[in-house]
Amino acid sequence: MVVIERKTEGEVSILEVAGEIDASSSIFLDEEVSKALTHSPKIAVDLTSLEYISSAGLGVFMSYISELESKKMTMVLFGMKQKVFQVFQILGLDQLLSIVETREEALKKANDL
Amino acid sequence: MTYNLNISCTKDRLREIRQFVSDILMDHQYPEAESNKIILAVDEVCANLIIHSNHCNPTETLQLYVDYQNDRIVFEILDHGEGFNLSEYKEPSMEDLIKARRKGGVGLLLVKRIMDDIQFIRRSGKNVCRLVKNLS
Repeated sequence: MVVIERKTEGEVSILEVAGEIDASSSIFLDEEVSKALTHSPKIAVDLTSLEYISSAGLGVFMSYISELESKKMTMVLFGMKQKVFQVFQILGLDQLLSIVETREEALKKANDL
Repeated sequence: MTYNLNISCTKDRLREIRQFVSDILMDHQYPEAESNKIILAVDEVCANLIIHSNHCNPTETLQLYVDYQNDRIVFEILDHGEGFNLSEYKEPSMEDLIKARRKGGVGLLLVKRIMDDIQFIRRSGKNVCRLVKNLS
């Protein structure tokens, strides 16, 4: 089960994602990322309270990489626990997505790009 | 030591599978930093079997057996759905998946990176997915 809340800080939409993202819940993440990008071209995804992610969740983030590049939008992920970060690392997604540690870094990066 | 869990083929049961595997790994003091990867691999296979082989049919069942041995852990997941031929599986490239904006397709790739051996076989009229993780 996943709980997602959207907040705004300046020009950046922040999605706070808590719980677990698997094949049954990844659709909610997809819907919220999509909605957030219609509100602002700059989004930061707070994964501080994310306990688990499977390929279904990775797939959601992956599926936006091309669109972000072509539409000059930004998505920065931050606050991942080590066990969640490891899952991104297995496929090298840590190199393909914008991932930082803190909220401050994420906001700075989202605003810089 | 052998453990067994039977669940119906719906995606909302995946959480139960993860908890089941997590409890076993914890019982055997499997390193916590690595246990999430094992849980992930089993979750990925079960999700594929539920969604693709059994089309989320709640009247179908997955049987998960875990055999925790001295030198390895063997997971076997049995079902009656459509079989999967691993020899026909072609690893997708991340570049192609990103270009195609695909939201899926990396589950089995994760399993292959995490587990030491994967087999999809037929046994006594059932499909068996066998995953092996060596303990070293």
